[in-house]
Amino acid sequence: MNLTEIIKLVDGSNLTSELNLDIEIEGGCGADLMSDVLLSSQPNAVLLTGLTNPQVVRTALMAEFRAIIFVRGKRPQAETLQLAIQENMPLISSPLGMFELCGRLRSAGLPSFESHVPSS
Amino acid sequence: MSHPPRPPTDQELYGRSGRPVTDKDAQEINRVEELSYDLKIREVMSKNPVTASPETSLAEVLELMRIRQVSGVPVLENEQLVGILSIEDVVRAMNRNDLTESVRQYMTRDVVSVASYESIVKAMQKFAESGVGRLPVVDEHNQLVGIITKGDITRGILIALQKDYKAEELRRYRASHLFEDIISDRTTLVLRYAIKQQDFTRGGNASSHIKRALLRLGADPQTARRCGIAAYEAEMNLIIHTTSGGILKLEVEPYRITISATDDGPGIADVEQVLQPGYSTATEKVREMGFGAGMGLINIQRCVDKMELESSLEKGTKLIMRIHVPEETLTGRAKGQPNEPSSDHRTTQSETTD
Repeated sequence: MNLTEIIKLVDGSNLTSELNLDIEIEGGCGADLMSDVLLSSQPNAVLLTGLTNPQVVRTALMAEFRAIIFVRGKRPQAETLQLAIQENMPLISSPLGMFELCGRLRSAGLPSFESHVPSS
Repeated sequence: MSHPPRPPTDQELYGRSGRPVTDKDAQEINRVEELSYDLKIREVMSKNPVTASPETSLAEVLELMRIRQVSGVPVLENEQLVGILSIEDVVRAMNRNDLTESVRQYMTRDVVSVASYESIVKAMQKFAESGVGRLPVVDEHNQLVGIITKGDITRGILIALQKDYKAEELRRYRASHLFEDIISDRTTLVLRYAIKQQDFTRGGNASSHIKRALLRLGADPQTARRCGIAAYEAEMNLIIHTTSGGILKLEVEPYRITISATDDGPGIADVEQVLQPGYSTATEKVREMGFGAGMGLINIQRCVDKMELESSLEKGTKLIMRIHVPEETLTGRAKGQPNEPSSDHRTTQSETTD
């Protein structure tokens, strides 16, 4: 699914107008705990999160996400925005909550890219 | 025959923008800006331009412009640049039914020219100041050597950017053959990064460099991702928990990647306890950032082949993470395969997954 389609689906606003939105998103992953994101995501997904600090961008880069959507209308800190532009990571803000967001994207056909953690 | 030495350029006299470049400036200079200073006018100009003499008729020049598909010609008299005739000048003559007149009557005499040894930024400035569409280019001896348009500048920058891209490919190729090209009984590449305590803003910077280095060295994307995630968790631990920072170190050998995080305090009282999922001593501030849920070390364990944690309250903590890689990954070729920087080469790498 193209990122521009996703933005429409989530009533999102693009916060990084400098970056190219014509990119393919293959799946989704939602979490507020960065260690969870690192542990259980697959590359080329969109990250849905309520966190807005620069570490979100770092985490997304390390785990090879293609874009980040902030839930509940959150806006990132200036450092976060700067790092995102520098590292070519599109940032989207959506007024919707996490549950609603995940639901909309899932029913539009975007698969979950959250891998199941092996039970220990 | 000797010529007086050419005058120094502004850049040679004062450096970029005529003043010392501060660190802040340097950060804000992007590659295209850099190129506009680095590329010289002679590198992007059109050489051997079409010229006219002052006595040529306008009709002849118009025909010349049509055939050579140019919209302006420098005018030379005794090999000296004396004017420039643009299509606008010819149109002016046409309106007066004056095409039999000579170039001399209609050419612009105060020619704005640029020197071939100047940077293209100088030409950009002159385009902006004068509003003209083309500038004759002269050498040290004021001899016409070319002509430059905005299109030449754009093309020059695009070609240079393309070369940058190829240079990155070449760097990657060279780096990925490091272990093949340098012979020793045991070659290890060591990269060290100093991590400052509580430096949350830069947190993850070192891990990004580690991941990029591994990709350049020829590691497959999965291995680079696993190492990047492990290094990132370890880097965040150094930032969150240490009293005076620590060192993140990457050691690359043909068979093995070792990442270690060492610090000198405060140390962990009970090593067994910190390896329990969910155990954490992180502050509320750290938790708000999405860390400190007691999953960092568990994550690392899942990403690496072997993890060792040594710690004491006297000496501090040492975390060692090892990732085994198939021999062919970092030596740049599969066994028995010729090594070419081809797409086959990369396919070979991506097959060597965990």
